Amino acid sequence: MDLSAINPVLLIASLMVAATPILLAAIGELVVEKSGVLNLGVEGMMIIGAVSGFATAVESGSPWLGFIASALAGAVFSLLFVLLTQVAKANQVASGLALTLSGLGLSALLGQSYVGIKPPQMGMLDIPLLTDLPVVGPILFGHDPILYLGLALTAAVWALLKFTRAGLILRAVGENHEAAHALGYKVIRIRVLAIMFGGACAGLGGAYISLIRVPQWTEGMTAGVGWIALALVVFASWKPWRALLGAYLFGGVTVVQLNLQAAGVAIPVEYLAMSPYVITIVVLVILSADKSSAPAALGRNFHASR
Amino acid sequence: MIRLEKRPQPSRAWSLATPLVAVLATMLFGGLLFAVLGKDPVEAIRTIFWDPLFGEYAFYFRPQLLVKGAPLVLIAIGLSLGFKAGIWNIGAEGQYIMGAIVGAAVGLAFYPYEAWYIFPLMVIAGALGGWAWAMIPAFLKVRFGTNEILVSLMLVYIAEQLLASASLRFLKNPEGMGFPGSRNLQSYESAFNADLIEGTGMHWGVVAALIAVIFAYVLLTRHMIGFHIRLTGEAPRAAKFAGVKPARLILLCLGISGALAGLAGLFEVSGPAGQVSIDFNVGYGFTAIIVAFLGRLHPFGILLAGGLMALTYIGGDIAQSNLGLPAAAIQVFQGMLLFFLLALDLLTNFRVTLRKVEVA
Repeated sequence: MDLSAINPVLLIASLMVAATPILLAAIGELVVEKSGVLNLGVEGMMIIGAVSGFATAVESGSPWLGFIASALAGAVFSLLFVLLTQVAKANQVASGLALTLSGLGLSALLGQSYVGIKPPQMGMLDIPLLTDLPVVGPILFGHDPILYLGLALTAAVWALLKFTRAGLILRAVGENHEAAHALGYKVIRIRVLAIMFGGACAGLGGAYISLIRVPQWTEGMTAGVGWIALALVVFASWKPWRALLGAYLFGGVTVVQLNLQAAGVAIPVEYLAMSPYVITIVVLVILSADKSSAPAALGRNFHASR
Repeated sequence: MIRLEKRPQPSRAWSLATPLVAVLATMLFGGLLFAVLGKDPVEAIRTIFWDPLFGEYAFYFRPQLLVKGAPLVLIAIGLSLGFKAGIWNIGAEGQYIMGAIVGAAVGLAFYPYEAWYIFPLMVIAGALGGWAWAMIPAFLKVRFGTNEILVSLMLVYIAEQLLASASLRFLKNPEGMGFPGSRNLQSYESAFNADLIEGTGMHWGVVAALIAVIFAYVLLTRHMIGFHIRLTGEAPRAAKFAGVKPARLILLCLGISGALAGLAGLFEVSGPAGQVSIDFNVGYGFTAIIVAFLGRLHPFGILLAGGLMALTYIGGDIAQSNLGLPAAAIQVFQGMLLFFLLALDLLTNFRVTLRKVEVA
């Protein structure tokens, strides 16, 4: 066992990488839930994004195209959820599960011929002087562009919800869809857009796993990250910055346990590997007392009777 | 213009017809999917749905139908009780694993001693293992209001790690030449869940599944608890006035579904699977969710749905070896079924009318 091999600077830098897929998916789901829809299909949309982003990047040789494809694929896949819940008025919990189950199957089917291939690398941010700074450089200025996109998205969603009219309408729909409808807002249309945004974000998060974090394609590689993202939205009390905090916490746990595995700590690997899930449960328990900030119409379908 | 009108009462006729229509639609679109994959769609569908029952080697596959169907029905029956009441246990896969680990551990503790009471003890231990694993989300929900969906699902990943630990460490076969996995229970007579009638696939798990179906039917239609379950799902406010205690219902529904999933795991590990191994679980806990919905959360419906889903598993295996159909295609096929089912439910709850747009 050699704990001194763990470099704290690298630890923080890799923590940010580990947190990004969770953050991207959670920010998307946060917007969805703010509009009053509970989409449990995050895991499915992520893995669809992971496989389509990977395939596009490999075929085109461009990770950028891969990420664009993953966002599109996530959004298109979320349309299935739209069809079930917004058009057919099906139960949201069951529909989300359907999305996850079929997403896992579909991705395995699509990804068959991509197992064991290396994807094209995405360039890292490299600002002369800044990136070369000790400690601060690798942590703040040495990452891939998508990581910064995740941070920017967090800020954008925060600003959208807090300062803009669009954000206000989104929240109104999520709090009381009857009232929003009476005011003349298109409840279904707004929710569809929110769900598609959530799908795109989840797709990006998935592609981040297959293109940058791992980078490889294996069946079921999201391994519950989508579910952790769902838990994170609760943890964050539907607030973007707290989602960021939560994502870094979970990223931290993941990275620390991986480092401990590598350092050969006397704890069996399986117990280290289960720690992110255990922590998720513990955090959920601690924070579940406060439900006041949940959107009031969360999980309820809207049907305009007139 | 197409308009949706909410029906005052869900249509009974559509409620019975939707699973059938969904199965037909899945066959149609599944066929399309297989055609896209370059397989003859008619042959693929025939291989999946016909050959296991009436094909040349049906004598071999028919017993498999019971072997695969029993765990699905057993788990789905438990899940349906909770789903009816709006309590979402989606971690049956974890409870299934824990039932298998705990049950097998009890059996292995007696090895090589032979006695008649070992298998019954294992059955009890398996049920308790699944029950205890389900009690975690139940207790947390009752005590702290924690979301049972997320907790039960997280526990699946934890159970999978415990399974790995069991087969690599604490239940590893000491005479296994270093290979992962426990002793094979099939060669330990007192712990072996053998076919009750040789070669039929009829093991104790099948019996348990049938008992569970009847038990659930009686509970739901003849017992106060069943009434409370249905009432809570359909009208939570009314349930409150009727004096239903939500906490008790949560503990009960999650407890029953956990115990049944644990039983399914135990019967599998002591019978068809034979040993605790890393890849012991094959997703029955998740497929059972589809089975529960396909069976309309009704015990007899679940029995039929479990049989059908077992058929797709077996047919999928045959199609995989005979036609080279990828294993994942069957997973997509099963997911599709749930999709069509949920989408078609629109017809149960709404009346679709065509009406000319009035010009104001």
